[in-house]
Amino acid sequence: MKKIALAVTVLTGILLLYAAQDFPAWGDLQSPASASPVSKHFIADTGVDTEVPNMVTAVLADYRGFDTMFETVVIFIAGIAIIGILRRTGADADAPALKRENEIAAEPDLIVTNTVRLLVPVIQLFAFYVLAHGHVSPGGGFQGGVIMGASFILVALAWDLPKAMDRLSVDRAVMLAGVGILIYAGIGLFSMLLGGEFLDYAELSHVLPVSREMARYHAMLGVEIGVAFTVTAVMFAIYANLSTRGRLEGGL
Amino acid sequence: MTGLALFNLFILVFMVVAAVISLRVKDLLTASVVFGIYSFLMCLLWAEMGAVDVAFTEAAVGAGVSAVFLVATVFNVKRMSSD
Amino acid sequence: MFGEDGLLNELLVERFNYCVYVVLLLIGLYAMIAKNNLIKKLIGMSIFQTAIILFYVSIGVKEGGTIPIYVAEHDPHGHHAEHQAHPEEANATEETEENATTATTLHEEDHGHHGPRSLTDEETSDYANPLPHVLMLTAIVVGVATLGVALALTQRIYRAYGTIEEDAVLAAILAEDASTVIPDVLATKPKRTSSKSRKAKKA
Repeated sequence: MKKIALAVTVLTGILLLYAAQDFPAWGDLQSPASASPVSKHFIADTGVDTEVPNMVTAVLADYRGFDTMFETVVIFIAGIAIIGILRRTGADADAPALKRENEIAAEPDLIVTNTVRLLVPVIQLFAFYVLAHGHVSPGGGFQGGVIMGASFILVALAWDLPKAMDRLSVDRAVMLAGVGILIYAGIGLFSMLLGGEFLDYAELSHVLPVSREMARYHAMLGVEIGVAFTVTAVMFAIYANLSTRGRLEGGL
Repeated sequence: MTGLALFNLFILVFMVVAAVISLRVKDLLTASVVFGIYSFLMCLLWAEMGAVDVAFTEAAVGAGVSAVFLVATVFNVKRMSSD
Repeated sequence: MFGEDGLLNELLVERFNYCVYVVLLLIGLYAMIAKNNLIKKLIGMSIFQTAIILFYVSIGVKEGGTIPIYVAEHDPHGHHAEHQAHPEEANATEETEENATTATTLHEEDHGHHGPRSLTDEETSDYANPLPHVLMLTAIVVGVATLGVALALTQRIYRAYGTIEEDAVLAAILAEDASTVIPDVLATKPKRTSSKSRKAKKA
């Protein structure tokens, strides 16, 4: 097996290095990707179209909003799949727990828990900042959501899972993930009701007291919040299931 | 060679080293942690390339959450690997 | 070979980053095929994935380009600093470039009387290409979700077979297959499969 693997790897390597000569030079301004009108349009007109300074957020949530919506759905489905894979049913549920190899039976550590107690509010506040400030600085729904989910994971790591589940149970997390997608799709559908196309946020200016550009600006925050809901919930649900083998009890 | 190019070279070399180490160690917990280091080096490289949003995502996701997922799984299965 | 047009010169000097990506990709590929431990395979898969993401982001790099966030003078909301610095010049240059569409977008809370304007071709080349960044940003987050699914499957395999070494799992599956009695297909399964088994009989 190792020999076959080595042969395949070397062959692939030769092919890729052969192809690498034809790549555009590093940082080439005239490379096909940089010279294409699509990329130029995004850079030149994001400010005019949406008044969002961070082009990445604008392209993510507005120009390619449809793509991002279904990426969020993929994350949601992954979360559901993990719960489904690890769920214990029938005889499996009653089976005695396999003894873990490195079981550590100890009380939560005093220093760790107190540090986490101080740290979690700061992390969550930072998550909100990243989410709300995603238009003007690096950040947005995905990053904010992951940081928010990480704060719950930190609680579960420092104490045990039930402590974190008091704050966000897995059932509620799944619901929250669905709500996130509903927020996203709801904003899309709402702009459709107002006479535009699906996810055509500019139409929201009919109900918001702002210009068409600023309507896109604010709607982007709305969909980012939806994304953040889903990502937060799914990250925590994945950790809860992975760390306890689907039993949802006890610590790591 | 400018400072930025040196920095670039330094990160690239260490990334390859981290990748090889995380695949060669027999202790899977070490492998997970070294994989976290690999992700963090990747995040530095992206920040250097000007992809700040990607770097931010990688810092939160790759170096943070995915390393935790790996550790959580390693704790629940065997810690030692045969290769 | 190291000459001006030599292959090695071209690869190692001008496209050194791409070469390292290829090496990382190969490390990941080799681990996915040759490693015996399922978690090692997954780490290999993640390395493979990050190598491809690195390649994508590298396409968007521009020589001398900055990050894809508008600098103060191009920022649709950030004219204030410039106003105070040299108000006459800034207004003079930007008013001339204002076109009909941007003029309608003015709103009250903005200090100035000029809306955001479209950037010129030279100005767009100052910013890194945002499109690869967007595509890869979502790919990273989806990547961690799929890694989670793969780890869940690993735990499920461990629950069923008590090991995550590939050869041991395969041996267990083969032993299981050998010990199960295959029921008579013709007796248990009705019409739909019968045509197939008839063909098998003829052969």
